[in-house]
Amino acid sequence: MEAVVISNLTKTYGEEQIVAVDHVSFTVNKGELFGLIGPDGAGKTSIFRMLTTLLLPDAGMATVDGFDIVKDYRQIRNTVGYMPGKFSLYQDLSIEENLNFFATVFGTTVEENYHLIKDIYVQIEKFKTRRAGKLSGGMKQKLALCCALIHKPTVLFLDEPTTGVDPVSRKEFWEMLKRLKEQGITIVVSTPYMDEATLCDRIALIQNGKILSIDTPGSIVAKYPDDLYELKTENMYKLLKSLESYGQIKSSYAFGEFAHATFKTHSDENVKKHLSDSGLKNIIIKKATPTIEDCFIKLMGH
Amino acid sequence: MKQFITFLKKEFAHVLRDRKTLLILFGMPIAQILIFGFALTNEVKNASIVVVDYAKDESSQKLLAKIEASQYFEIEKAVLSASQIEKAFQEGVIKLALVIPSNFDSDLAHQKHAQIQVIADASDPNTANTLTNYISEVIQDYQQELTNNASIPYRIIPETRMLYNPQLKGVYNFVPGVMALVLMLVCVMMTAVSIVREKEMGTMEILLVSPFKPLMVVVSKAIPYLLLSLINVAIILILSVFILDLPIHGSILLLFAESTLFIITCLTIGIFISVKTASQQVAMLISLMGMMLPTILFSGFMFPIENMPVALQVISNIVPAKWFYIIVKSIMIKGLGFSGIWKESLILTGMTIFLLIVSLKTFKIRLA
Amino acid sequence: MDAVIQTEKLTKRFGDFIAANEITLEVYKGEIFGFLGANGAGKTTAMRMLCGLSTPSSGKATIAGFDVYRQTEKIKKNIGYMSQKFSLYDDLTVLENIYFFGGIYGLSDAQLKEKSGELVKRLGLEREATKLVSSLPLGWKQKLSFSVAVLHDPKIVFLDEPTGGVDPVTRRQFWDLIYEAADRGLTVFVTTHYMDEAEYCNRISLMVDGKVEALDSPANLKKNFGAASMDEVFYQLARGAKRGD
Repeated sequence: MEAVVISNLTKTYGEEQIVAVDHVSFTVNKGELFGLIGPDGAGKTSIFRMLTTLLLPDAGMATVDGFDIVKDYRQIRNTVGYMPGKFSLYQDLSIEENLNFFATVFGTTVEENYHLIKDIYVQIEKFKTRRAGKLSGGMKQKLALCCALIHKPTVLFLDEPTTGVDPVSRKEFWEMLKRLKEQGITIVVSTPYMDEATLCDRIALIQNGKILSIDTPGSIVAKYPDDLYELKTENMYKLLKSLESYGQIKSSYAFGEFAHATFKTHSDENVKKHLSDSGLKNIIIKKATPTIEDCFIKLMGH
Repeated sequence: MKQFITFLKKEFAHVLRDRKTLLILFGMPIAQILIFGFALTNEVKNASIVVVDYAKDESSQKLLAKIEASQYFEIEKAVLSASQIEKAFQEGVIKLALVIPSNFDSDLAHQKHAQIQVIADASDPNTANTLTNYISEVIQDYQQELTNNASIPYRIIPETRMLYNPQLKGVYNFVPGVMALVLMLVCVMMTAVSIVREKEMGTMEILLVSPFKPLMVVVSKAIPYLLLSLINVAIILILSVFILDLPIHGSILLLFAESTLFIITCLTIGIFISVKTASQQVAMLISLMGMMLPTILFSGFMFPIENMPVALQVISNIVPAKWFYIIVKSIMIKGLGFSGIWKESLILTGMTIFLLIVSLKTFKIRLA
Repeated sequence: MDAVIQTEKLTKRFGDFIAANEITLEVYKGEIFGFLGANGAGKTTAMRMLCGLSTPSSGKATIAGFDVYRQTEKIKKNIGYMSQKFSLYDDLTVLENIYFFGGIYGLSDAQLKEKSGELVKRLGLEREATKLVSSLPLGWKQKLSFSVAVLHDPKIVFLDEPTGGVDPVTRRQFWDLIYEAADRGLTVFVTTHYMDEAEYCNRISLMVDGKVEALDSPANLKKNFGAASMDEVFYQLARGAKRGD
C-alpha cells in the first residue's frame, strides 16, 4: 500500500524560472521510514511543501494517502502531521499550551493520543510550563515532534528536523523516530546528513532538484560501481595532493580519518610506492565498504 | 577615514538597491507637499449658509447682495422656523445661519441701528470662529457703507450665538478627532502585525496544514484588540469629561456602540492589510503611513473637508475616520440619537462587511 | 612551535550562570584546531572571547600575541571570522563584497585590486564577479566567504560551523581551502557538527557544560576513550551533559 505517490513533480521559482524540483517521481510505502537525503538547495523543502499542499506544483502530480495534493488539499491538511524547517512553534506559549493548542486545532485532545507522544513528552514534561522560546534546540525539536503527532497523523512529514543540532541530540531523535514507526505511522524525513540515511528503510538521494537514486540504503551501497579503498598516512593534506598526481587515480577525497579513493587499475604496491615517493610514511591501504556519502559523491559526478 | 568611505559606499548600495523604500522616501514628500500645499487649508471658501430673511426689504437685499458677492459664502435663502434651523444644524447641512429680523429696514431708518442674528455651529469651533468673523466683516462693511452716506453712524449689531459649544472650546473638536485617530492606529496596526508575524515566524505554515479555518484565526486575533480598544475609549472619555470638562450631551451607550462599530471597521482594515503583506515591517509601514496620514488629513478634524477640492472631498468619503468623527461629534456635542447618525453608521457597516468579505476571499491558503 | 592562542582559566559569567568555565588551551601556528561541543555547551561564548568580541569575567588570554582585555582592537585586525549565519551581503556583488571587507581591514586600493583578481581566479568566479552574491549557489558562497575572511592575511581565522547543509563535494572543496591556508601558516579555529570534519583537525577540544572536557588529537582521543570513531567519543562525553536539555 502506498502512502505517498509522486509523479513528475516539478516546481520553478522566480522570473528566471529556476528549477527547484525537476520532474521528481517516487513512492513511499505505508509504515515506512523514508529519507529524502540531499544538501541545502536540493529541493527537499519545496517537495515537502508541495506534498503538504502549501505550494502548487508547476507540473506533475502527487497523492498523499490517496488524496490529490491539488484537488483534495483539505483532506490532506486534516490528516497529515508536519514539522517545517524552523521549529516554528509559538515562542511565547509554554510547552503545555502549545501542545493543547495543536491538539484542539485538529479537533482532538492531548489525552486521546497521549500514548503516541508519551516516550518523547516525558523527556520535556518537567519543563511544561516553560515558554517555547526559552527551550534549547533539542527540546524545541521534541516539542515540535509532539505537536505534529498529537492528532495521530497517518503520514508525518519532517523537514530537516535535525539540522543545526548536535550529534547526540540527532541520534536520540532518530531513535524516537524508529519507535514511532512501530506505531504504524508513515514517516517522511528530509536531512542533509548522509550518515542518517542508513537509519531509514528507504532513501532518495536528491541534488539540484533531481533524484540521483532511490532504494534501500543497502541496495544503494551495493550498486556502487567501483572498488573503494581507504588510505591513511600521517598527513591528510599531503596524502590527498599525492593521490591527485597518481596516474591510476579515478577519484580521491577526504573522508574523516581516511582518504577514500578509487582507481582505474589497482595494485597496493604501486599506490604505496607512489605515496612514499612523495615523502609519505606509515601508509595504510585497505578495501572499504562504501557509505551513502560515497555513493552520493559518485552520483554527483565526481 | 578610508574605512568610513568603504562603509559609506556599502550603505549607498543597500539603499539604492531597495526600490520599495526609495519609492516611499521620495514619493511621500512629493505627495504631501502637493496635498498640503494645494488642497488643505483652514480658510473657508464657499461655506454653505442659510439666510432667513424676515425683512425682505431694500436694506436686507443690499446686505444679501454683499454677502453673495464675497467668495466666502454660498447662500441658501429660505424662510425657516426656529426648529427647522435647529434641524439643519443637527444634520450638519449648514455651518452658519443669518436671521434678519422683519423690521430691519425700518430700524435702520428710524433708529440708525438694527440687530442681526448670527448662529454658528460651534462643534467645530475653528470653523465657527472663521465664519462668524467673515460675516462680521461683511456686516461691518455694509455698516460702513451706510455710514459714509450719512451724518450719524449706523450700527448693525450682530447677535452671535454659538451652537453646541458656546465657549468655543477646542477640546470639542480634538477629542473626537483623537479618538478616531487612536482607535484607527492601534486597531489597524496591531491586527495587521499580529497576523503577519505568524507568517514570518512560520507558525502560519503549520496552521495552514491543519483543519483550521481562516475566519477563526482572523476573528480570534481581532477580539482581544476589540476589548482593549473599548477600554481605551472609556479612558479617553473619562479623561475628557473629568479633566478637560468635555460634556457628553448624547447617550453614552450609543457612543460605545458606535465606537464598537468603528473599532470593528478598523480591525477589518488591519486584517485586510495583513492578508496582502508578507512582512511585519511592510505591515507597520502601511498601517502607519497609509492609515495615519489620511485619517489626520481627511477625517475633518484638522482641516475642514468642505474647503478641499472636490477630488479630495470624494476621497475623504472612503476614510472611515471621517464618518466616525461625524458620529462622535453628533452624539457627544450635538446630543443626537441614532436617528441622526444612522446614515453614517450604515456606511461604516458597509465598509466593514465589504473588507471582511474581500479579506476572507483573498486569504492565502498556500504559501505562494 | 609558536602558540598563537594561549588561554589560562578563561571564564565568562552571566550573573550566576557560568557560560564558559576556566578554559585553558593553546593553539599553535598553522594548526587546524577543532572546537566541538553540543549546543549550549559554551562554544559560542568561548569563541566570542577569543575574537575579542566579549570581555572575559576572569582568566587570561593572548590572541596572536595581543592581550584579550586591553588590546581587542589589535586582535580584531589580526584575525578573520566567518559564520554560517552571516558572511556576505546578498545585495552586493562578489567584487563589491571583496572590496568592502578588504577595505574594512585596511587593505589599500592597490592591494585590493591584486587580491580580488587572485581570489576570483582561484575560485573560478570570473563570470560571476559582477553578479549579486544572492545569485550564487550556497557552496560557492561558502568558499567566497572563507576567502574574504582571510583576504587580509590574518594570523588566525575563526570559522563558526562553516559547512552546515552544504553538499559533500563542496564541503571537501571548502576543506581544501582550509588545508591550503593552514599550509601557508594560517591557524584555523573551526567549530563543526560534522564528526568526519573533526578528523581533519590536528587537535580537537570538546566542551561540555561550559568546560573543556577533552583536548587532544583525534587519534589519541579515540584511543583514550576506546572509541572507533569521533562520533562515539562525542557521544560518550556529551551524553551526560546537563546543559542544553
